[in-house]
Amino acid sequence: MTKPLEGLIVLDFCQYLSGPSAALRLADLGARVIKIERPGTGDSCRQLALNGQLSDGDSILFHTINRNKESYAANLKDADDMAKVIKLIEQADVMIENFRPGTMEKLGLGFESVKRINPKIVYGTITGYGNEGPWKDKPGQDLLLQSLSGLAWLNGDADQPPVPFGMAVVDLFAGAHLVQGILACLVRRGRTGTGGLVEVSLLESILDFQFEVLTTYLNDGGQPPVRSSVNNAHAYLGAPYGIYETRDGYLALAMGSVTRLGALLECPALAQYADPQQWFKKRDEIKLVLVGHLKTRTTKEWLAVLEPADYWCADVFTWERLMEHDGFKGLEMLQNVTRPGTSGVTTTRCPIRVDGARPSSDKWAPRIGEDNERLEKEFDLAKAERV
Amino acid sequence: MDDLNSRKPLQGMLVLDFSQFLSGPSASLRLADLGARVIKIERQGIGDICRTLYISNVDLAGDSTLFHAINRNKESFAVDLKNDEDLAVVKRLIANADVMIANFRPGVMERLGLDYESTKELNPSMIYGEVTGYGHEGPWRDKPGQDLLVQSVSGLAWLNGDAGQPPMPFGLAVADMMAGAQLAQGILACLVRRGVTGQGGFVQASLLEATLDFQSSALTTYLNGDGRLPERSGVHNANAYLGAPYGIYGTKDGYIALATGSVTVLGELIGCDALSSYCHPQDGLTKRDEIKNLIAEHLKTESNDHWLSLLEPASYECSDVMTWDRLFEHEGFKTLRMTQSVSRKSGANLLTTRCPIRIDGERFKSPIGSPTLGEDNDKIREEIDHR
Repeated sequence: MTKPLEGLIVLDFCQYLSGPSAALRLADLGARVIKIERPGTGDSCRQLALNGQLSDGDSILFHTINRNKESYAANLKDADDMAKVIKLIEQADVMIENFRPGTMEKLGLGFESVKRINPKIVYGTITGYGNEGPWKDKPGQDLLLQSLSGLAWLNGDADQPPVPFGMAVVDLFAGAHLVQGILACLVRRGRTGTGGLVEVSLLESILDFQFEVLTTYLNDGGQPPVRSSVNNAHAYLGAPYGIYETRDGYLALAMGSVTRLGALLECPALAQYADPQQWFKKRDEIKLVLVGHLKTRTTKEWLAVLEPADYWCADVFTWERLMEHDGFKGLEMLQNVTRPGTSGVTTTRCPIRVDGARPSSDKWAPRIGEDNERLEKEFDLAKAERV
Repeated sequence: MDDLNSRKPLQGMLVLDFSQFLSGPSASLRLADLGARVIKIERQGIGDICRTLYISNVDLAGDSTLFHAINRNKESFAVDLKNDEDLAVVKRLIANADVMIANFRPGVMERLGLDYESTKELNPSMIYGEVTGYGHEGPWRDKPGQDLLVQSVSGLAWLNGDAGQPPMPFGLAVADMMAGAQLAQGILACLVRRGVTGQGGFVQASLLEATLDFQSSALTTYLNGDGRLPERSGVHNANAYLGAPYGIYGTKDGYIALATGSVTVLGELIGCDALSSYCHPQDGLTKRDEIKNLIAEHLKTESNDHWLSLLEPASYECSDVMTWDRLFEHEGFKTLRMTQSVSRKSGANLLTTRCPIRIDGERFKSPIGSPTLGEDNDKIREEIDHR
C-alpha cells in the first residue's frame, strides 16, 4: 500500500509531546521524519519517565512518541552543524518546532529566514499561548493549560475542586491541529507551489476542544458550568449521563429517556420524571435514584436488559479486561517496535485506516544521533558551507 | 473577506458531509475553517439529530447551540435518500465532490449504495472519510458509537479522578473530538496524495481507536511495565503515571496547579520544610500521596497570588486555575481574539470560537452561521442543473 505522505521529508525540532505527536502522525501517514536533536542530551522527553519506566536509557514515553523517526544530532549553536542543518532544510518539505517564542528566530531558523532557504517548505510551530500578550513566555505545559483554560471545572463532581483531565489532552489536541494545518498547506502547495506558516498554541487548541460548551456559555448569558454532584460525566448533560456502580462493577449510561430507562430497569421511582426538562433540572435527584437501584444487580444483568432495547449503555473496562476482549483483539491496535539490541517496546499503532489498511511501520524510536552518518551521506551534508 | 477566503488553503474544495452529531461534523467544520465548501446532506424534515440535542435551555432560531457551534460555515441540502430522484441528485453531487464524510453505523451507507466502493465508481478521485464507533468487524461493530460509552470501554475512565473514586469519565466528548481530528488528518493526507497521483482514497477512523491512540503514552507504559493497572493518585490526581507534585491544589482563596518539578525545590520556594526530606527522585512517585497531602495542607495557608509570586519568578511550572469568566477578562485571553460572531441569514447571531489554527499569520474567521434545514436546496439544485 502506498502511504499517503510517502516521499515527504519532515524535520522535527520539537521536544516533549505536542510537536513530536504531530510528527509521529505525519510518519504514520508515510512521511519520513528526522528529529533534529541536541548532541548529548537530545529531546528532553528522553528523560521524562512516566512511572519511572525506561527502556534502553530512554523513557517509555519517548519510545511511544518517537517510533518511526530518525535522529540527527546537531548543535544549532555551532556554525558547521548549522550549515548541515540548513542543507537539510533546503531538501525538506515540512519542519516543525515547539520552542518558546523567539528561540528559533535567535538561531536564525525562524519562518522568515527558513522561507528564504526553502520557499516551498511548510513550517509548523506550537507555542503555549501564542507569540504575543502577557502569557507568551509562560511555560507551555499541559496541566497548566488545562488549569488556565477553565477545562478543569468541567471534570469531576460538583463538590470536588477543579479536577484536571487525567491525560495530556492539551498537548495531543494541539499536535492534531498542527497536523491538520500542515497537511492543508501541503494540499495548497500541490496547487500553488508555495509553502506556508502554520501556528497553533496549546491555549487556542484547548479552547477549541471546549468549543461546544464554550459556545453555550457565550450565548446563555454567561452562566458558569455546573458539574453534576452525582457521577458527573458532562456539566451540560442531564440524567442519566454518567458511570454507575453495580453489584459487581460499573455501568455507563449515555443520553436517553429517563422514563424508558425506568421501565427497562424496573425502577418505578423514575416514572414520575415524564417531562424531559426534568432530566436536566432534577439531574442529581434522578441520578441518586439510579445509584441506589443499579447497585442491586450485576453489570451483566443490566446490560442484558438494556442492550437488546438499544438503550445507550456500556460496561466500564479496565485495560486488562479490554485487552482480553475479542472486540479489542480484532482491532490489531498493538505492535512491537524493537531497537536493535533491545527487547523492544509494545505500543499502539496508527489509529487511522487508509484504503482499508492501517499504515504500519516497525521502525523504532532512535538513539540520539543514530542516523547522523547515513544522513550526512544521503543529503551530502559534508559539503555544506557555512552561511 | 473574499481576499481572506481566497488565501485559505482548501479554497475550491467541495466536501459533502452526511454525518451527524459531533465526530464527523467536527471534522468537516475544520475543513470548512481551512477554506473548503461544506454541504451537509441532511434528512428531509428532521435533519442532523444534533439540531435537537439541547445542552442548555438556549434555543437559537429553533436549533440547539451545540448544532450552531458545530455547523457554522456550512450549507444544508435536505433530501430523502430513499427517494430515487433525490438519490440521483446526491450522486451527481458526489461526482463533483472532493471529499465526502459519513458516520452512520456500519452497513447503512452500503444499503443506500453510498459506501466507498460504490462512490468510487462515481468519482474515483474523491476522498471518502468515515467514522464508526468500533470499526466494521468484530463483536462491537453494531454497538452505538457514543462518546461516554467509548470512554468506558476503552479504559479511559480509570485514568481520571482520584483513586478512591469510581472510574470517572472525562467531562467532555474527547472520543468524538479526537476521532474527528484524526478523520480530518487522514482526509487531508489523502488530498496531499491526490495532488501527486490523482487518486482518491478511503479514510476510516473509529471512536475506539481514536481513544486508544489518545491513551497511547499511558497504554505503552502499562504494556511495558509489571502488569499492574494504573493507579490514580489518592489525592489531587492529574495523571496516574506522574509523581508529586503534579496536580491542582486549593489555596486560601482559589486553586493553583503544579506540574512536573522537584519536590525539594518546591519545598524551598514555598517554605514548606517538611518537603526537604523527599530528596530521592523516586520519592515523588513512591510517596506521592504523602507528599501531595503535605503540599495541600501548606498551600491552604496563603492566597493564589502569594504562591504564584514565589513560584513564577523561579520558573517553577505553576498556574492559576481559572474559571471561564476570569479567563475571558484576562489580557492573555483577549490577545488571542479567539471568539467570533456568526449569523444566519435570518439574522440569528451566535458568539462562538474560531479555528484554532493560524496560517501565514492569519486567524481564519468566517461570519457564516449554521444553516437552517434545507436552506441551500434551491441553490444547490440549480448548480447541479448547470454542471
